[in-house]
Amino acid sequence: MDGINSLIEGFGTALTPINLLYAFIGVLLGTAIGVLPGIGPAMTIALLLPLTFTLEPTQAFIMFAGIYYGGMYGGSTTSILLNTPGESASVVTAIEGNLMAKKGRGAAALATAAIGSFIAGTIGTLGLALLAPVIVKLAVQMGAPDYFAVMVLAFVAVTTVLGSSKVRGLASLGIGLLVGTIGIDPTSGQQRLTFGIPELADGIDVVVLAVGLFAVGEALWVAAHLRRQPLDIVRVDNAKMDREDWRRSWKPWLRGTLIGFPFGAVPAGGAEIPTFLSYATEKKLSKHPEEFGHGAIEGVAGPEATNNASAAGGLVPLLTLGIPTTATAAVMLGAFQSYGIDPGPRLLQDQAPLVWGLIASLFIGNTILLALNLPLATVWARLLRIPRPYLYAGILFFASIGAYAANSSTFDLWLLIIIGALGFFMRRYGLPVVPAIIGIILGPAAEEQLRRALQISDGELGGLVNTAFSQIVYVVIVALLVVPPIVRAVRNRRPGGGDGTPDPDRDAPVGTHAHANAEGL
Amino acid sequence: MTPANGSTGPAAPSASPGRAPAPGERDANPDPGRDASERKGYSEYGVAVLLLALGVWAIVDAMGLSETATARGPVGPRTVPVVVGALLIAMAVLLVVDLLRGGRGEQEGGEDVDLDQGSDWRTIGLLVAAFVANALLIERVGWPISGAILFFGTTYALGSRHYVRNAVISIVMSVGTWYLFYAGLDIKLPAGLLKGIL
Repeated sequence: MDGINSLIEGFGTALTPINLLYAFIGVLLGTAIGVLPGIGPAMTIALLLPLTFTLEPTQAFIMFAGIYYGGMYGGSTTSILLNTPGESASVVTAIEGNLMAKKGRGAAALATAAIGSFIAGTIGTLGLALLAPVIVKLAVQMGAPDYFAVMVLAFVAVTTVLGSSKVRGLASLGIGLLVGTIGIDPTSGQQRLTFGIPELADGIDVVVLAVGLFAVGEALWVAAHLRRQPLDIVRVDNAKMDREDWRRSWKPWLRGTLIGFPFGAVPAGGAEIPTFLSYATEKKLSKHPEEFGHGAIEGVAGPEATNNASAAGGLVPLLTLGIPTTATAAVMLGAFQSYGIDPGPRLLQDQAPLVWGLIASLFIGNTILLALNLPLATVWARLLRIPRPYLYAGILFFASIGAYAANSSTFDLWLLIIIGALGFFMRRYGLPVVPAIIGIILGPAAEEQLRRALQISDGELGGLVNTAFSQIVYVVIVALLVVPPIVRAVRNRRPGGGDGTPDPDRDAPVGTHAHANAEGL
Repeated sequence: MTPANGSTGPAAPSASPGRAPAPGERDANPDPGRDASERKGYSEYGVAVLLLALGVWAIVDAMGLSETATARGPVGPRTVPVVVGALLIAMAVLLVVDLLRGGRGEQEGGEDVDLDQGSDWRTIGLLVAAFVANALLIERVGWPISGAILFFGTTYALGSRHYVRNAVISIVMSVGTWYLFYAGLDIKLPAGLLKGIL
């Protein structure tokens, strides 16, 4: 139980007044920015990164913790109150949540989302605290071939699971890997893909990348297609639920937590699949299946808990292996690296106070979140009415500050336009953004592990698969690539298998992930 | 972020029964959308060209690297760029195959996105202009002025015509953020012409 002891020490770090203040500011800003329509958790973190530039790492990490959970929760509020979903993880919450809000039950929907997020976040963070030391113990035995295999798994999972087109997913990954290569090659000291421009020698700053891809790309894309009619925002009172709501919510909360955490913890593409899975589970187990599609509270409670538990689970590979599984985690990893902190198995030993302070802050942030969100729901609802010109002008404005302030360099502003244009074209032509950001952030680390592995094996390609662990991972990768098309082919032959439940196409990848999960990653 | 919507998002809310279709929703108005997607059909090949160009760039750049540093390992600095370049070129080819077989990139949806209209290039042009103005001006006249131009320009580009109100908000925003970063975060954004006044 060394996790528990370390965690108590972490609380010692996090509970000082000044650090509590940072956690509070993080949660408040994270929620407020995350609630704004069109701003997902990854963009929230990217836009708020500049605020942490001059902080000590501990305080910055504590603020990240608040922003992370705040941004997640903000996204689901948006999707309950607007009739169009924002980020993919909130798609399912939006279905029943918005229907509930339209029936005048918005307060209960917001409450079950807030309390469910709190419970799932707390259990998930506890899971993180208990699991992280165990994984680290295993991870210190992992060699370069093992790391490389897991990174390949992350690349494959993120390109094949998300989105509809594998070609476009892989193209996006390729673009990301290419951008990640820009700069001085750490092994040979030669400049790659820099055109000899000195500003590019250190690679492109992560703030510029994240803000460009997520904020500028998104703002340009939305601006080009701005909806001219006002959105239909549902009126809502402060969040509260009655006894019946509680009775119907608590089991979906717990089940959602159980589904979400493991999915978040494996490199398998984030919260989209588990939230669909949770929705289907709740629909199947519900005593009122007829209410699904008309605003069933279970359909909000389950997926919302799943979403948050998977966010907590995603921190396990991020902190213990340095492997991000979602765009949000990738941006966080980039932010950590800009502090000179490399997440990985040694982080928990070398920087124990930092990491446990972060984990303790997740608990604290989660509690602040609950305290804020129940009474402030009407305030958040008002934020949704912000006139769109101001919203998107604000995004571009703060994106520019962030990019400039990162290095006090005009060059970064030009880069920001180029990367923003790239983000725009990716959105226009259906190239998913997530593989690109994972490729950018994880690519250099994967190259390093690849080189190290082949250095050890003296160039023999067999050196990449000479451990049992790496072999298992490659089997999982092959399964991930091969099983879904087969399942789909079989399913297509069976008539009428594609209606009703929300997850017919999702079954295939779900099966493979359960498998990946069983391998204990 | 919505990587999948419409045809692949099996639980896109529009699929749920009992939901009244709002005006201006995606499938309510097929004609402009179809025009746009036909025009887009050709421009999609541009994506393949871009991938090809990036792939060739990676490989050409890699060929210019010297492998003298191989003493530090059998995999030199060329390997990864070459592999990534090959991946990009392969995807360019596969994308053309996909397009010839009728595949189309799915445009990303979102809360404020109305995909029935084609891209509004005038808005984009004005936004980029505001952006470029900021990049050109920030070190010459300082953030309080260039930032205000950026904010005012973007609100104008996005269709707001409350000139006085927007101007006031722009100046409050740019001066406010300058002070916030200066005093609160100890980051000195350029003061430019207003040096000594702020």
